Amino acid sequence: MNFELTEERQMLQDSLRRFLRDRYDTATRNKILESDSGLSEAIWSELAELGVIGALFTEEQGGFGGKGFDITTVFEELGRAGVVEPFMETAVLAGGLIADLGNEEQQGHVEEIISGALQLAFAHGEPTSRYDLFRVSTTATVKSDAVVLSGRKAVVLNAEAADMLVVSARESGDVADEDGISLFLVPKDAKGLTVQGYALLAGGRAAEVTLDDVTLPASARLGAAGKAAHAIEARIAAANVAQVSETLGAMETATRLTKDYLGTRKQFGRPIGTFQALAHRMSDMLIEMEQARSAVINAAGNLESDRKVREKHVSAAKNLMGRTGRLIAEDSIQMHGGIAMTQEYELAHIAKRIVMADHRFGDTDHHLERFIAFSAA
Amino acid sequence: MDLSYTDEEKAFREEVRTFLAEKLPEDLSAKIKGGKELVKSDVERWHAILNEQGWLAPNWPKKFGGAEWNAVQKHIFEEEAAAHHAPRIVPFGLGMLAPVLQKFGSKEQQDYWLPRILSGEDWWCQGYSEPGAGSDLASLKTSAVREGDHYIVNGQKTWTTLGQHANMIFCLVRTDKDVKQQEGISFLLIDMDTPGVEVRPIILLDGGAEVNEVWFTDVKVPVENLVGEENKGWTYAKYLLTHERTNIAGVGFSQAGLTAVKRIAKAEMAGGKPLIENPHFAARVAQVEIDLMAMSTTNLRIVSKAAAGTAPGVESSMLKVKGTIIRQEINDLARRAAGVYAMPFASEAIEGSNEALPDPLAAGPVAAQYFNNRKLSIFGGSNEIQRGIIAKVTMGG
Repeated sequence: MNFELTEERQMLQDSLRRFLRDRYDTATRNKILESDSGLSEAIWSELAELGVIGALFTEEQGGFGGKGFDITTVFEELGRAGVVEPFMETAVLAGGLIADLGNEEQQGHVEEIISGALQLAFAHGEPTSRYDLFRVSTTATVKSDAVVLSGRKAVVLNAEAADMLVVSARESGDVADEDGISLFLVPKDAKGLTVQGYALLAGGRAAEVTLDDVTLPASARLGAAGKAAHAIEARIAAANVAQVSETLGAMETATRLTKDYLGTRKQFGRPIGTFQALAHRMSDMLIEMEQARSAVINAAGNLESDRKVREKHVSAAKNLMGRTGRLIAEDSIQMHGGIAMTQEYELAHIAKRIVMADHRFGDTDHHLERFIAFSAA
Repeated sequence: MDLSYTDEEKAFREEVRTFLAEKLPEDLSAKIKGGKELVKSDVERWHAILNEQGWLAPNWPKKFGGAEWNAVQKHIFEEEAAAHHAPRIVPFGLGMLAPVLQKFGSKEQQDYWLPRILSGEDWWCQGYSEPGAGSDLASLKTSAVREGDHYIVNGQKTWTTLGQHANMIFCLVRTDKDVKQQEGISFLLIDMDTPGVEVRPIILLDGGAEVNEVWFTDVKVPVENLVGEENKGWTYAKYLLTHERTNIAGVGFSQAGLTAVKRIAKAEMAGGKPLIENPHFAARVAQVEIDLMAMSTTNLRIVSKAAAGTAPGVESSMLKVKGTIIRQEINDLARRAAGVYAMPFASEAIEGSNEALPDPLAAGPVAAQYFNNRKLSIFGGSNEIQRGIIAKVTMGG
């Protein structure tokens, strides 16, 4: 056992933390949040140059990381600073699927992704799929040497900025079958593709994506026909490791802000942290933070394990972070009082990032049920 | 003990239902149902409709033009209003200032201000909290110095809800710096149009701007706007907060919120079935519903006792704590229920914005409401302050 970061990861963490501390303060981020695109291209390129994206791909894929603990190193720092730029969508999800499944030509995109030149989105969830991974009703129909996609994808993050979308669609089987799901690389300007965008509460943008007889060459398929389910599950597992790491980073910021505030804010002639009712809650937060860190380590350390072990740990982490995240976000706000609810105070954004993370890739309850299923299996 | 409603009470419920069916404007109930923010004229319209019916001030004695309802009547109205998606009554004039004026104000003040509250001529806001005086309200610093027929007011108030709509503000001000904090505070009514008053909006984490900072620079306030005696304001403030807390149980809000949770969970699909059929989610809903049923009765018991002549003391603190916990839990469930569709930023909830949102569940801005209602356990004396009061009263010290 060794709980230290490798030298390379430690260096990446240090440089990322320094960069974000200098370049990504509350005022800067609030400007990004209010911008039409919801992201900063300058920040994106500079972070790509720092190696943030490269760290999310393996050496065979052209990067220098790609393991669970590379993901945690990057996303914990992004979370700590409340970064809203779509590294998850472009690199972990869509980019990861291209790297995992793509043929030689498709994998050619990975270099562009790592350099920061390409934006991507993963259009998978649908209006009635909630958090079910394999519930896909968007259809893919083969017509001679073309494939025609039809359906609607819900809350697709980064769809507007994306140059290409990785879209899941069903080629065969029933709506919730594992078998029969394929992935396609769809250019943003494809005929019949409609992207209706909107801002998200916790920053960034998403869109409803409608596919109305989008006709693609068969070469647009990523991987084997109808066999994408397990690749999707593995990528969502990586995304969940990224998500819980980001949440952990955000929770650290919330905890630090709250600790500082309890020490400096005075009421009744003394720092409010000297009141036992608040001091004990702060202690509980610190205890839960240690639990959270361990859950993230468990999930990251098992990302390369066999499916059942991996998924059990991913669901354990997502469940625990859903619960702990809510506690940290709510208690941080409560112990600050009104100030924490103002947009110009850092905690407001951080708390939203923490809580809304429970709405991505399955919430606390969903992952409790999944944990039970994978424990029994 | 008898939990059944009397024939009179049943008839009253029918009367309320008929009134709401006939008089509640559809555009207003649609806004409430959709979780949208009301504009000033919406509130004024609803207040005027209630006033015409004589129901705008359920707590006021009849001699001041109130309905003087008993606890059960108020409970019935609150239930029906919530079920019909009626707007809430904005409480600053009606529920907070008015009881103070009725108990401590002069005859002239009562005759002048109370009818204007009912008619909507004045929109009141509350000037209590300051940047340095939140939970420790008595440490407030906004000063009022007597000069002839006027007080000269200087300082800053904050978290002033709907101050952007108000033309009048009731304030706690320091009139004596040399005595114990609580003994140097006065209760002053200030016209917001007076030179030197400035209102600045505070943008909250849900994007809305319902609260404000109010700044006072050499503001001249006529001495007849002092309520009661100079330096007795703390007594009046505590009286007011007790009233604020009685209403804060929010049973009607919780009932409406729970109905909305069930509606969303019927529309949302999970595993190919409506989410409401998911045992885990159903258990969460049932748990809070059980709590709400008990609290509804707690509320009735306490309010009945108060109506019979016992001032609500420690019990109002209990209602505040439990009531806000339940409301916040319901907000949390609504957010959970909406799944990925809780993520969009519902800017249409904010006054003046019309950006369309994907909302296949007709859930409304549930996540924004969840964040906004974190305020419930903070304002009106935080839940920690309330627990302190409960402990102090019941255990001494």
